[in-house]
Amino acid sequence: MNPETLTIGLNPLPGAIPAWHGETYALKWDQTAQRVRGHGGFLVSVWGSDDSDRGQGCAMHVAYAASGALACLSLPLGQHRTYPDLSPVYPAAVRMQRAVKDLLGLQASGSRDTRPWLRHGAWAAGEAPLRKDYAIDGAGTRRSEPYAFVPVSGDGVHEIPVGPVHAGTIEPGHFRFHAVGERILRLEARLGYTHKGVEKLLETCTLDSGARLAGRISGDSTVAYTWAYSMAVEGVSRIEPPARAIWLRALLLERERIANHLGDLGALGNDAGFAFGLTQFSLLKEDMLRVNESLFGHRYLMDVVIPGGVRGDLRAGDIDRLRREADTLGRAIAALRAIYDEHAGLQDRFIKAGIVTPGLALTLGLWGLAGRASGMAWDARVDLPCRPYDELSVRAAVRRNGDVAARVNVRFDEVFESLRITRLLLDGLPGTAICTPPGQAPDRAFGVGMVEGWRGPVFIALHTGAANRIHRLHPHDPSWQNWPVLEHAVMGNIVPDFPLINKSFNLAYSGHDL
Amino acid sequence: MQEILRLIIAKGLRTEPAPEPDPALLATTRRLGEEVRRCFNGALTIRHVDAGSCNGCELEIHAVNNPFYNLEGLGIRFVASPRHADVLLVTGPVSRHMEEALRRTYEATPDPKLVVALGDCGCTGGVFGESYASCGRVSNVIPVDVAVPGCPPSPLAIMRGILTAIAIGR
Ligand code: SF4
Repeated sequence: MNPETLTIGLNPLPGAIPAWHGETYALKWDQTAQRVRGHGGFLVSVWGSDDSDRGQGCAMHVAYAASGALACLSLPLGQHRTYPDLSPVYPAAVRMQRAVKDLLGLQASGSRDTRPWLRHGAWAAGEAPLRKDYAIDGAGTRRSEPYAFVPVSGDGVHEIPVGPVHAGTIEPGHFRFHAVGERILRLEARLGYTHKGVEKLLETCTLDSGARLAGRISGDSTVAYTWAYSMAVEGVSRIEPPARAIWLRALLLERERIANHLGDLGALGNDAGFAFGLTQFSLLKEDMLRVNESLFGHRYLMDVVIPGGVRGDLRAGDIDRLRREADTLGRAIAALRAIYDEHAGLQDRFIKAGIVTPGLALTLGLWGLAGRASGMAWDARVDLPCRPYDELSVRAAVRRNGDVAARVNVRFDEVFESLRITRLLLDGLPGTAICTPPGQAPDRAFGVGMVEGWRGPVFIALHTGAANRIHRLHPHDPSWQNWPVLEHAVMGNIVPDFPLINKSFNLAYSGHDL
Repeated sequence: MQEILRLIIAKGLRTEPAPEPDPALLATTRRLGEEVRRCFNGALTIRHVDAGSCNGCELEIHAVNNPFYNLEGLGIRFVASPRHADVLLVTGPVSRHMEEALRRTYEATPDPKLVVALGDCGCTGGVFGESYASCGRVSNVIPVDVAVPGCPPSPLAIMRGILTAIAIGR
């Protein structure tokens, strides 16, 4: 899709990835969505902003990805409080629009699901924390409101509520199962428990200080978030970090991917009754984390990526150490993969559990790791590559079976691909400088950042304010698209398989609830 | 099967020595009665509650159970219900949406109980602080016995925090 086909004036955005931005009006809002969908493009994110402090009203914004570019549209609402509903075209928009309602009081007109999503009652229905006149320390109501789960009735149907405090060490969320016997008829998730005002807090930050917070939106994806954040800041500041910094960022992002995949592969084995897998994979992961600590000063690489470049460089000896690590890891993981593949009990649990067909994945907009396991080949490193990925010929791991086994296989394939990329990065590490400080960004500029985190694409939209401050920043986790698909994936499976299927997606709570 | 056994033997025992308790982490002067400590006898059960963390602290809680740290080897086990727990390990600033769930979890935990607040967020509210959506530090919502700073705290720091909690009063 060429931006021209949107028949809206779009301007190219400066920055590391091809992106366009333009203003539109209500009539065109959903028409454009249809046009993008018709061209095979997909919805990245929907967010709103309150621009009243600059003499305007509120505005809605949307980002689409299609044919190697991001297209971002803004819809100024003036004094209006409604905008056309995008969910008939993109079902994934439903929850994003409900969140916009909760945080800004803007309503998608005609949308059928008017229940709150991120708001549980900490603030009242009429309040809108992301409005500029709402104080960040707003008293709110601190009441917890009941939530209207979709009722399911019938002979022998029973309801199982789970969470927000779970039996294992995972983030809080509530799952409402309807089951007949042990078979799941329907699952409905309720999220928002970890909403801690991240977006409001970001509006108190400068472009510099926001980086630390961006790295704590979802701790397991700190490199992806800090890189996407930095990309947006560098775009509006019109600077490009030194080549070495960009190469090192890719190295860090692949390390984050490998470490998380190792953790998940172990946990998936464990959830299927194979504790040996957890032990072995967690040994490999711990070894990696210790290397991170010794080379970059943080086990999970928090605060290593900063606007303008990276903190911390590699010396010649470090590069050899990482090469040896890649070789050792490659051998160890290949051995474990052979064991997983041949383990009948394990494969019996993995195969045909939690299926998402490619058709359903396409309809609902499943993407990232889980998407690639259901035939959705999109990978930002391939389809929207920033440097250095454009030079690395990344191969996206794609499977079509859409079951737990496919998601396990995608993880294995991606680990090996990341190791291959790691070697290329280590061989070609260019230059010497590792940071170009961004300087002052203009007021009222708009910038975006997007990288393929281990879960999927992490997107950041940045609207700047005066004096290098953040006017509005919207971080978007790929889990927004994938959570509703999980609800489909578990249908017809048995309740005891839920932890395994859930783990095979491993979606974000904090990154989603903000 | 052969390959599995080979790998188990090849990796050998990787568990490293456990850290000592550190009185500097105590957030309370409360003492456990001698009798109670005898009951715990060094072994206890933990219920983890994520009260709104970024999930970084959770990664390190997982790590304390890996073979390097092997917390279970010390007789300290994670359990599925607060009703079975001696210690609540609480991460995150407490989001307002988790305030009630945390209180209820605390109430469901039988006495005598200990609370370890984990991470900069649990200790002070961290980067998220207090806001319309966040109650800040854990002790703003439930009583805390031991506070372990770090973002996230290392597995050793977490273990030290837990061992300090057990050693209260020694
Ligand atoms: S202390 Fe750090 S790692 Fe832990 S929840 Fe807070 S921000 Fe995340």
